[in-house]
Amino acid sequence: MTLEARRMAESRLGRAGLLALGAVVTILAVTGTAFIIAGANPLEAYHAYFVQPLTREFTLLEVLNKATPILFTGTAVAIAFRAGYWNIGVEGQLLMGAIAAAGIGQVVEGWSPLVVLPLMILAGALAGAAWALVPALLRVRLGIDEVVTTLLLNPVALLVVQGLLHGPWKDPETGFPESPRIAAAAEFPQLSEFIPLIGRSRLHLGFVLAIVLIVVAWYVLARTATGLRVRAVGLSPHGARFAGIRVERTLLRVALISGAIAGIAGVSEVAGIQFRLTEGVSPGFGYTGVVVAMLGGLTMPGVLLAGLLLGDLSVGASSAVRSLQIPSQVGDVVQGTLLLVVVGAVAVYRWRTTREDDRPADEGEPDHDEPPDRPEGRAPVESPPA
Amino acid sequence: MAGDGGRGDLAAELRGITKRYGDLVANDAVDLDLASGEVHALLGENGAGKTTLMRVLYGLTRPDAGAIVVDGKPVTIGSPRDAIGAGVGMVTQHFSLVQPMTVTENVILGRTAGARLDLAAARRAVEAAAERFGIAVRPDAVVADLSVGEQQRVEIVKALARDCRVLILDEPTAVLVPQEVDALFETLRRLVAEGLSVVFISHKLHEVRTISTRVSVMRHGRMVGTVPGHTDERELARMMVGRPTFGVDRQEPLWHDGEARLQVRGLSARGNHGLAALHEIDLDVHAGEIVGVAGVSGNGQTELAEVLGGMRQATAGSVTVDGVELANRGPQEVMRAGVGRIPEDRHASLVLDLPVSLNLILEHIDDFAPGGRLDRSAIEAHAQDLIERYRIKARPGDRVATLSGGNIQKVLLARVLSRDPRVVVVSQPTRGLDVGASEYVRTELLERRAEGAAILLMSEDLDELVGLSDRIVVLYEGRIVGRLDPDEADPERLGLLMAGRGGAAVSAGLPIGVSAGASGGTSP
Repeated sequence: MTLEARRMAESRLGRAGLLALGAVVTILAVTGTAFIIAGANPLEAYHAYFVQPLTREFTLLEVLNKATPILFTGTAVAIAFRAGYWNIGVEGQLLMGAIAAAGIGQVVEGWSPLVVLPLMILAGALAGAAWALVPALLRVRLGIDEVVTTLLLNPVALLVVQGLLHGPWKDPETGFPESPRIAAAAEFPQLSEFIPLIGRSRLHLGFVLAIVLIVVAWYVLARTATGLRVRAVGLSPHGARFAGIRVERTLLRVALISGAIAGIAGVSEVAGIQFRLTEGVSPGFGYTGVVVAMLGGLTMPGVLLAGLLLGDLSVGASSAVRSLQIPSQVGDVVQGTLLLVVVGAVAVYRWRTTREDDRPADEGEPDHDEPPDRPEGRAPVESPPA
Repeated sequence: MAGDGGRGDLAAELRGITKRYGDLVANDAVDLDLASGEVHALLGENGAGKTTLMRVLYGLTRPDAGAIVVDGKPVTIGSPRDAIGAGVGMVTQHFSLVQPMTVTENVILGRTAGARLDLAAARRAVEAAAERFGIAVRPDAVVADLSVGEQQRVEIVKALARDCRVLILDEPTAVLVPQEVDALFETLRRLVAEGLSVVFISHKLHEVRTISTRVSVMRHGRMVGTVPGHTDERELARMMVGRPTFGVDRQEPLWHDGEARLQVRGLSARGNHGLAALHEIDLDVHAGEIVGVAGVSGNGQTELAEVLGGMRQATAGSVTVDGVELANRGPQEVMRAGVGRIPEDRHASLVLDLPVSLNLILEHIDDFAPGGRLDRSAIEAHAQDLIERYRIKARPGDRVATLSGGNIQKVLLARVLSRDPRVVVVSQPTRGLDVGASEYVRTELLERRAEGAAILLMSEDLDELVGLSDRIVVLYEGRIVGRLDPDEADPERLGLLMAGRGGAAVSAGLPIGVSAGASGGTSP
């Protein structure tokens, strides 16, 4: 039996290896074609996209900087997805956090950063959670699909941002749709100020926060009773409910925490990079978070790796615009190809290993051979045929 | 019946069929001959490879090796379409009927040529097939309105309307009450009299002996042998399991009159479709007693188990355990009151993608998480302990999804019974399990009984129900229509009660004969 199991595992491993190889080939073929169409040598392009950013300190720090928001949003998406709560509203929740940060940042001139920064982070988290609350309640109370409601609230959040920027928060000096610059006390400190080894860069407190959050999220999911409940709910809501886990309450809490993390992402962008609220505060970080979460297999180490990879890609793509004249959109092509092929390969792997013909007919799933439901209220017995 | 009629005139032959799933050999060079005009039973335990073999013949499973000959011609069957073309039809356990469509529409589905649909002609064809084989179906009835027995007949007509010469029935009696079984057998006799060849998959000895011309017995993927249909039951059982079967010994009553531990009063509940599924159920289960609930599936057993397990709302009535009210209290409070639940849908009641060790603690996570942190060594030790005690063939870290049906059931049993429940609500505890695992599960239940648990047992396996229960109640359309002692619970009486004819049975006095055409329990 154990031998059988091992051999099965090995054949699955072999299958997984083949599939991974196929995925890599597909990615290279598709992205290579894109590079060629863009008029670049694919090998040079790969080097520029993935390797070059890691070779110099400044660009390496910029990779971490670019990864910061998507590490937040990737974490927010991943924990929600792990619970089976499909929060596609991270973008809007992030914007709410950004609004909260900009609002507080404007009125705290002269306060101590030790008060302001925690206050902003808390406010951003609450704002993100608040934006996540209504879809979550609709889901757990009325069973309304959260994919639709969370997604549809994203443009609404952007309208709120635009309303503020074209109305009360319009910059009085320039007249641009940008909020006034936040107080110095509300700015996230840059890491180079604290850590002598780090050279001059925009890398700020937000990156540290993101890493801490990922570690905490990993610990909670993998090592605590709460995390086990979340995982159980995500893997089998019925099985979890049967075992006495309060599924709705778990979902609601996870949704709010996911929204809170998204809100902190917004705080991090306003306080660490933009220092004001702008319409472009998030170029789709919430959606990229979905990409990061999926690429990372919804695990926290995976989110970390995927976030860093996409940060690398983003820095590489923008420098390749200059060095190789590759349009920056090709970076999006590469990112999209990565996502589609990896997610597709995972789906194929699951399908290959669980499809019906892969298990014995009358041994694998006896319970699935239940008789079909007898229609309600029908007599089960007919008189014998005449 | 001409037992030897048509010998030598083979309708189909299977030669050296081999099918592997990974390292599991589901069919190991299996040969089978089907004569025209015979009912050929395929007998074997769950997992013996019967269904796999027939799925090969019907093109649902592609064999790794072997050849198929139909009507003397070698054929390649890669899909059900090929099988139908070669004259092979199959009625699987899961019916493949389109519920909102009529019988006629279902029968012609997939056989429509051209753009125009000649429903009138199709209707006549259905009527003709039905009349020729004496199968009572109404061409215009909507399938969703039909009983399971009727739906099965539609499936048979469907196969016959496609001119099949070999009809495979996969455990056709599993969903039928005894009277429906008699009707089915009557139909089968008409079919073979017309020269058809019927393969009848079963693991029920008495049925096989009643209907079969010949019996082929499979065990562990191999063909053990083919014998005449009237072969002695003990001999068939020996071929099937490799040893004579033995039932569970009845035990002396352990409980005494007095306050029942589990009391159900006036309990009503709705089913999934919002219709009333339970009507004012009254039920007592004492400590040290097993009360069996008999009934054809869909008559309220599922809903009863769910209400008692805290998984379904009651619309009225009360459920108490040692005086503690539990109706509409949710799984957690139900478990806290000492109720262990072993549900019929064991796959959905575990988290298949979590390891065995975590599934085993899922009902009381906090006991293994002091301060909220999972104590992984305690969880591992707990799993090791239960795996040993309940003889689960798995390691603590194995995902439950990778286990066999029997071992999945043992995980549930271990999770529930290791907590010494005072009340056990258990549904279909041995469905899909082989003889060894079934015996094990039954022994465990009897042990809980001996230790004073009050057990409510829902089972479609009447032998199991009669063998284990101290008292039996019969559910029909959500009502308890009969209460009897196991000694009184002969198949006829149970069958009539389950079929909703309790009144007739009682007023006529028991035992009474089943309706005309019944053939009794012995071979012709």
